[in-house]
Amino acid sequence: MAMKFLVCISKAPDTTSRIAFTEGDTQFDANGVQFIVNPYDEWYALVRALELKEQHGGSVTTLTVGQADCDPVIRKALAIGADDAIRIDANPVDAMQVATLIAEQARQGAYDVILCGKETIDHNGSVVGGMLAELIDAPFISLATSLEVEGNTVKAKREASGGLEHVQAESPVVVSASKGMAEQRIPNMRGIMAARTKPLNVISAEESAQSASVAKFELPPAKGDCKIVSADEPEELVRLLREEAKIL
Amino acid sequence: MKCLAFVPTKDGAATKAGLEAVSYAVSCGAEVTAMMAGPISGDSGAGAAGASKVLHVSDDLKDEAQLAQAVAAAAEAEGAVLVVAPHDHVGRAVAPRVAVRLKAGMVPGVTGLLEGATVQRNVFSGKAMAHVSVHTDRKVLTTTPNAFGVNQGEGQANVESFAPELEPAKLTVTGFDASSEDGSVPLPEAVRVVSAGRGLKGPEHWGIVEELAQALEATTACSRPVSDMGWRPHHEHVGQTGITIRPDLYIAAGISGAIQHLAGVNQSKVIVAINTDPEAPFFKAADYGIVGDAFEVLPKLTAAIQSLD
Ligand SMILES: Cc1cc2nc3c(=O)[nH]c(=O)nc-3n(C[C@H](O)[C@H](O)[C@H](O)COP(=O)(O)OP(=O)(O)OC[C@H]3O[C@@H](n4cnc5c(N)ncnc54)[C@H](O)[C@@H]3O)c2cc1C
Ligand SMILES: Nc1ncnc2c1ncn2[C@@H]1O[C@H](COP(=O)(O)O)[C@@H](O)[C@H]1O
Repeated sequence: MAMKFLVCISKAPDTTSRIAFTEGDTQFDANGVQFIVNPYDEWYALVRALELKEQHGGSVTTLTVGQADCDPVIRKALAIGADDAIRIDANPVDAMQVATLIAEQARQGAYDVILCGKETIDHNGSVVGGMLAELIDAPFISLATSLEVEGNTVKAKREASGGLEHVQAESPVVVSASKGMAEQRIPNMRGIMAARTKPLNVISAEESAQSASVAKFELPPAKGDCKIVSADEPEELVRLLREEAKIL
Repeated sequence: MKCLAFVPTKDGAATKAGLEAVSYAVSCGAEVTAMMAGPISGDSGAGAAGASKVLHVSDDLKDEAQLAQAVAAAAEAEGAVLVVAPHDHVGRAVAPRVAVRLKAGMVPGVTGLLEGATVQRNVFSGKAMAHVSVHTDRKVLTTTPNAFGVNQGEGQANVESFAPELEPAKLTVTGFDASSEDGSVPLPEAVRVVSAGRGLKGPEHWGIVEELAQALEATTACSRPVSDMGWRPHHEHVGQTGITIRPDLYIAAGISGAIQHLAGVNQSKVIVAINTDPEAPFFKAADYGIVGDAFEVLPKLTAAIQSLD
């Protein structure tokens, strides 16, 4: 059965970015930082939605809560193959607010499968998907490493303690994508050209109260020097781990 | 302050990560009621961890929507202003739903105690910390596994059966693939981890990694190219796009220490790097290092561990 897929994508600083803060350590310093599509959203969630559309028909829409500076990463997702994109024009500072805005669109668009990433690599929250599922009263398949659809049934394997759990649910369902669900796709020239004219619908949003906010960022204390032990004396390493680090 | 701690169960017992959530809440100064679903014996260690009461749901609920309904109902019944759950695979799916149900601000993966309305957590894959303020009276926190210990008190918790009204399950579990036949501790929960990278040159050389892991009672892990090439199973991949771990001891052999790898392991308490290249970036992130050939160093290290009493 043809399905409507909605893939939630957020922008994230490139994995090699220097992490620094401004405004009294209350804001991330985006100066000189390259932004990418959050890897879990792109490599796993988006690509798997495209594969399922190619198998069963349907459509793939991406959804981003963010300001105009997200448009380049949204175009990247369109270049990889999404049909169209929605951007909800708001500053995404609070997971509850982001989930609430996504929920509204998810309901209106009557999507069958809503995918998000395991977590964003800047916030590392892993919360938006679960909140979204509760808000639209849908089952949530979290940390899925594979995803199939059969009729209205969504089947997946997901990370569990000591292995992979097989689960299934009827659409609509929210899925968070973990490693293994798909292989990264590199956009080709045709995709990049096509992305320029694909629809990117911007929707305005009201400011809402924050339920939680960052009061201050801090960099971890600098790591002390690495103590080098001779390759011929592994006993010395064992002694240090035992007597100095006290972990053996 | 009253707290409801959600303690996931597995194989008829409370999980360690769940009991850590109980002890965490006690350390924050809360009076703790634990909620568990599924078969358990006695209080399953919740009392020793610091809970005064256990609300026990007899059904082994698998749908996190139902678990969230039960946790929210338990929090209401106890008048809890704080809900704590572990930031493991179950807690990650349950806690956000609870936050929505209770209209509570949520902070995932905390690494410090709740002080007033503010709590610390790691962000940017461990490259920075954030002090997060919660603006709602009710708060939902998830605790980073292995960041806090489990208290070993003498206490016993009163176990009361709890049967909240639940909506029908919408998600069903149909099977399970165990990832390890050897019964080693799953990576996210592991206290010691031995990991290897492309420097090992091929899957046939992993014996020396497994032997060291066995001597240390550690779990094995690997870098991303190693799992991408199929040398090791996917679930062993640690790093920015794999699993994030926080063991007491992380030993990395033949791994260069790329920033994306470090992002998944830099919260380990003690890091040991073994690499032939003295300039390998891993040495900058490590506490101890051996410049040498993993093929020689690993067996020697295994022997040195085995000769401990
Ligand atoms: C967006 C993105 C996300 C990524 N996510 C991850 C991730 O989650 N996890 C991850 O691991 N990587 C990730 N990577 C890849 C990462 O950048 C590195 O390429 C990868 O970690 C390198 O793996 P390695 O150290 O095993 O191999 P190499 O970089 O090839 O290093 C091998 C090391 O072994 C040493 N060596 C060689 N022979 C020996 C010997 N006999 N004894 C001892 N040492 C020896 C070498 O000196 C070298 O330092 C990601 C990359 C990107 C772009
Ligand atoms: N601003 C956003 N816009 C769209 N999707 C988002 C946004 N923030 C988070 N998500 C989705 O929710 C997932 C989990 O994010 P987080 O809870 O922040 O770790 C991400 O992988 C995305 O799929």
